[in-house]
Amino acid sequence: METLEKQITKTKNKTMTGAQAVVQSLIEEGVDRIFGYPGGAIMPVYDALYDVEDKLTHVLTRHEQGATHAAQGYARATGKTGVCLATSGPGATNLITGIADAQIDSTPLVCITGQVKSTLLGSDAFQETDVIGISMPVTKWNFQVTKAAEIPEAIAKAFYIARSGKPGPVLLDITKDAQFEKVDFEYQPFVSMRSYQPVPLADHVKLKQAAELIDQSKRPLVLFGQGLILSNAEEEFKTFIEKAGLPAAWTIMGLSALDSEHPLNVGMLGMHGNYAPNKLTNECDVLIAVGMRFDDRVTGDLNRYAKQAKVIHLEIDPAEIDKNVKTDVAILGDAKESLKQLTRIINPNSHFQWLKRFRTLEKEEYEVVINKELNPDSDQLSMGEVVHCINERSDGKSVIVTDVGQHQMVACRYARFRKSKSMITSGGLGTMGFCLPAAIGAKMGAPEKQVIAIVGDGGFQMTIQELGTIFQNDVPVKIVLLNNEFLGMVRQWQELFFEKRYASTHMVNPDFQTIVSGYNIKSRLVEDRSELKDAVQEMLDSKESFFLEVRVGKENNVFPMVPTGASVSEIRLK
Amino acid sequence: MKKRFTVSVFTEDIVGILNRVTIVFTRRKINIESIAASESEIDGIHRYTIVVSESEELVRKVVLQLERQVEVLKAVYHKDDEVIYQEIALYKVPTNVLAGGGEAEKIVRSHFARVLTVEPDFTVLEKTGHHSETQLLFEELEPYGILEFVRSGRIAITKPMRTLRSIVNELELNNTN
Repeated sequence: METLEKQITKTKNKTMTGAQAVVQSLIEEGVDRIFGYPGGAIMPVYDALYDVEDKLTHVLTRHEQGATHAAQGYARATGKTGVCLATSGPGATNLITGIADAQIDSTPLVCITGQVKSTLLGSDAFQETDVIGISMPVTKWNFQVTKAAEIPEAIAKAFYIARSGKPGPVLLDITKDAQFEKVDFEYQPFVSMRSYQPVPLADHVKLKQAAELIDQSKRPLVLFGQGLILSNAEEEFKTFIEKAGLPAAWTIMGLSALDSEHPLNVGMLGMHGNYAPNKLTNECDVLIAVGMRFDDRVTGDLNRYAKQAKVIHLEIDPAEIDKNVKTDVAILGDAKESLKQLTRIINPNSHFQWLKRFRTLEKEEYEVVINKELNPDSDQLSMGEVVHCINERSDGKSVIVTDVGQHQMVACRYARFRKSKSMITSGGLGTMGFCLPAAIGAKMGAPEKQVIAIVGDGGFQMTIQELGTIFQNDVPVKIVLLNNEFLGMVRQWQELFFEKRYASTHMVNPDFQTIVSGYNIKSRLVEDRSELKDAVQEMLDSKESFFLEVRVGKENNVFPMVPTGASVSEIRLK
Repeated sequence: MKKRFTVSVFTEDIVGILNRVTIVFTRRKINIESIAASESEIDGIHRYTIVVSESEELVRKVVLQLERQVEVLKAVYHKDDEVIYQEIALYKVPTNVLAGGGEAEKIVRSHFARVLTVEPDFTVLEKTGHHSETQLLFEELEPYGILEFVRSGRIAITKPMRTLRSIVNELELNNTN
């Protein structure tokens, strides 16, 4: 009790600058690491950071975009809110890609930008940009602070909004005069606001209707997304599908929430997903979507998507209900709570015959696609065999961070996971350049885990400067570059749909080995299959960062594939 | 099938929320036919009355996306027969046209237009009503020379009886639980 009173007097009526109040507020929110890049309009906050380096570590990235992706990687690996800091003008605009990525992938992020003096607002001052206006469509909430007194509440509110309900990025723009101004600091966590109801309560009638549908179902199929991970509902989900024997397929954002080897895990949905769950989406009688939002890459043509099925949608965001797929029973609420209640009222069941259908189609996919990818008969290495090799040697316990493109789809398809929060990828926005900085953030958030960045030669060069962040901070992140000297996914589309007109997809690359050696990062180049296992093992065993470049087949394609505009059941094996 | 809908959005009274509200429409390339912003009956809560012509399905999605905005308390949509609505129009016409008697005066009388001011050079008339009514007066005055014309966005009161007060009370209650 005494310590609490002491604490209150400690943080109450203490006069400090707005900049110190920013830093103090972050500490009060339990933040111990932030990612950012200094500049004129945010200098007072950086100056305040200098005094608290023991409590709050600032990671200097090499570009503000890197700071946002690192904060995202940190958030996705830990479940905590990622924080980044940037200056006004170009510093602020460089955040936008990462913020948009966090918005569409529901990643909790608090971004703080400096802004010109309040008296200069709107005057086209040096490094002034209307970041509130620019970020509005891609933030869950944003706010401009022009007085020091507003800072504690604005920051408390920012964290509350970023992490509650369906999480997302928020941005606070703080004018330089507010950073200099003196304020009596008092911090209170933000509790609620009437205009924002983060978690709708589950409706008992709807739960009962859903349970009836599930109980009567002969061919149920569960689709799960990141909602499970965000609400820490992995255990509840497992109990749910096990009780009723429900086959469960995942979106790439939901990957790792359910053990890859779980007998009810029937694989990946969508454009490059597995054959069975895509095919059988159009044969199931009840479709149970949990914490996913029916992205077009998952559904293919909506007019021919699961039309035969009754659809149950467990979702936290009311705006997602019926947005893409018409729902028969919508259960609003937090997935953890909804699943608990639903599991209680459904009957134990099993669907052996139905599950067999999945296994049969899996076999077909194995023979036509998977076996060739993992055990290629050509001399060229495949992306899949590299991922498979990593699996075998790390026992599914690594955190895999990917970029965007062919290697991403291959990683999602072939990586095996035993623990949740182990796949970090840019799902909704498809942001090339995401991987390297996100892996840095993930490793900093989960230093006890092996963090492996799997990246293509295109995306790697979009944020390659973050090698400097790895170098400066000794981040023992492992980088696997799958180099095919092409923007592979675009090339694949050109091959299949644009008559092999390879417009601007061939890349003349630098010697990556030389580049990473400049950052003192150990590296190895694999061009021959015989070296792969040994090289992967060396990388995994390394206590320091390690760069493994694998030259893979230049014109390999990712299959299966649901062509754009096709139905999921028209998925092609070749 | 496109129909005309009145979307009413109730928000906290803060800078920038209008921008957030319009972004939801512009993202989907929906044209806002008219928009009126004002206070509501509750201090600190503003309301926007927005008229669009779209399919009901799309308007329903838009309303949910409006409610998703952190500082939007409530968003609803109604068909024309579910709201009582008005617009106001102001017409500046040369005074000598009216002073001359005859036709112009008949027009003003038959439309129940109000005279707001009479200056030596011009007279300002006011007419409230539905778009078609204010438009009719415009068309009839046009031959006499309209110096300036302006029409407000639609404002609308809904017929369903749920009060904003009860909605806000419920939201506040949810938060204390």
